[in-house]
Amino acid sequence: MATRTRRVGPRKSLFHSIYIVDSFKGLWITMKYLLFRKKVTIRYPEERRQYSARFRGLHYIKTTNGVENCTACMLCPTVCPADCIHIEAGERADKEKYPVRFDIDIMRCCFCGMCEEACPKDAIKLSGVYDMSAAKRTVYDKEFLLVQRGNK
Amino acid sequence: MDITILVISAIKVVVIFGAVFVCVPLMTWIERRGAGLMQLRLGPSRLGPLGLFQPIADGIKFLFKEDREPAHVEKFFYFIAPLVCFIAAALTFAVIPVAAPVNIAGRTISFQIADLNVGILYILAISSVGLYGIVMAGWSSNNKYAMIGALRSSAQMISYEIALGLSVIGVVMVFSSVVSSEIIAAQAGTLFSAGPFNFPRWGVFLQPIGFLIFVVAMFAETNRLPFDLPEGESEIVAGYHIEYGGLKWSMFFVAEYTSMISFSALAVTLFFGGWQLFPGMGRLVALAPGMWGAALLVVLQILSFTIKTAFFMWFFVWVRWTLPRFRYDQLMALGWKVLMPLAALNIAGTLVLIRTGVL
Ligand code: SF4
Ligand code: SF4
Repeated sequence: MATRTRRVGPRKSLFHSIYIVDSFKGLWITMKYLLFRKKVTIRYPEERRQYSARFRGLHYIKTTNGVENCTACMLCPTVCPADCIHIEAGERADKEKYPVRFDIDIMRCCFCGMCEEACPKDAIKLSGVYDMSAAKRTVYDKEFLLVQRGNK
Repeated sequence: MDITILVISAIKVVVIFGAVFVCVPLMTWIERRGAGLMQLRLGPSRLGPLGLFQPIADGIKFLFKEDREPAHVEKFFYFIAPLVCFIAAALTFAVIPVAAPVNIAGRTISFQIADLNVGILYILAISSVGLYGIVMAGWSSNNKYAMIGALRSSAQMISYEIALGLSVIGVVMVFSSVVSSEIIAAQAGTLFSAGPFNFPRWGVFLQPIGFLIFVVAMFAETNRLPFDLPEGESEIVAGYHIEYGGLKWSMFFVAEYTSMISFSALAVTLFFGGWQLFPGMGRLVALAPGMWGAALLVVLQILSFTIKTAFFMWFFVWVRWTLPRFRYDQLMALGWKVLMPLAALNIAGTLVLIRTGVL
C-alpha cells in the first residue's frame, strides 16, 4: 500500500503570503484599543486598588476607650509560624495583665493571619495597608501598632 | 562664493536639522504613549503635562550615564559606528524640500538644504551608508549576538534596497525626474475629480503598487518592527548594539528615529506631494492680500508637509505595536519572492501605461 505524505502547516496562498489584509486587520485592532478601550492602569499613589475586606496587610492593635484590648495572653506569639511577635507582659495598677512591649518583626512576618485568628480578645488585627517597604529592617513596636489603624 | 548664500545655507541647515532633532524626543514620547494606549496602559504620564517632559529626563539620564567601554572591542570602529549611523540618518533630510521656493529681493530661496540634481539617488545612496554603521558596530563589538545582528541587518538591507529602488523607479518614470523639488512640483494639480472631491496628482494615486512596496521596504530599511531582526530582543538580545551603553547607545537610538523621520519625509515627497497643499487649503491663501498671501502660502505648505510626515511617523509607531516580528526566512521570502517581482511588474506596467499615453 502506497503511503501518502501530507504536508502539515499553515495554508500558504499568494494572498496570505503578502500579509496585506491581515496587517490591516491588525492595525484596526490596535487603533480600536487605543481609541475606545478603557485603560486598566491604576495611577498608584493617588489611585488604589479596592482589596477585599479580608486582605491581610500590616498589623494593628485594637483599643477600647484608649486602652489596648490585648491582655498579653501569649497566644499569638505561640501560634505565629514565623516567630516574629515578641511580647513582654506586665501588670497594671488594676491588676490587669497588659503587654509592656509588643514588637512585630515585620521582616519575618509572612502575613498568614494566624495571630488574628488566635487572639481571644480581638486585639491583634491585620489591616489593608500593603505599602510598607522601608530602607531598614523594621520592627514595629506597640506605640506604632496602636496608632496605625490601617484603612479599617 | 557670495557670503549671503553661505549665511542663508547655514540658517537653513540649523533650522531644518534643528527641527528634525526636536522631533526625535517628541517621537519617543509619541511612541511610548502610543504603545501604552494600545496595550491599555497609560504610558509615561507623570513628568510635565501628559508626560511630555519624559524625553528630557531620558536625555539627562543618558548624558550622565557612565561611558563604559568593554575591554574586548575594536576601539576605533566601536567609537565611530554610532556616529556613522547617526550622520547617515540625518543627511538624508538634506535634499527634502519643506516648502516651495520663494523670491525675496530678487533671490530665489528654496526651503531645502541642498537641491541636488540627483536628489533621489542621493537619498538611496546615503540611506545605505547607515548600514556601515551597523556592520561596524556588530563587527567591532566582538560579540556573537552583535555579529549575527549586523549580518542580518546587512542581508536585510541589501535585499530590501532592491525593492525600494525599484519602487522609486516607478515614481521617477512617472514624473520623469530624480530631483526631489521637481518631483514635488510635478505633483501639483488635480488627477481626476469625483463629484465634489478632487484627487490631487499625488504619487500614491499614480503608483499605488509602488507605494505599497515602498512602505514595506521602508520598514525594513529603518530596521523597525515587523522587520527589526537586527535587534531581535528575544533571540539575539539587542543585536548590533548589545555592547553599547549610555550616550553611544542613545546615538543609535536617535539614529533610528532620525531615519524614521527621513523616510517618512521621503515617502511624503515621492507619494504624497511633499509640500503640496491639501485640497481646499488653496482657497485660504486667496483670501489673504499681497505679501500676507505669500507668507501664508509658505506656512501652509510647511504645515501640510509636517502633517503628512507626522502621519507616516505615527504609522511607524502604529505598525510597530501591531505586527509581530517576522521570521528570518519569511523576511527574505517576502523581499525576494514577493516584493521584487511585484516591483518589476510595476515598472513594466508603468512603462506600458506611459507609452500608451495614459499617465
Ligand atoms: S501574620 Fe502570621 S507570621 Fe505574621 S505575625 Fe501574625 S502569625 Fe506571625
Ligand atoms: S493573642 Fe491577642 S490578647 Fe493574646 S497576646 Fe496576642 S494580641 Fe494579646
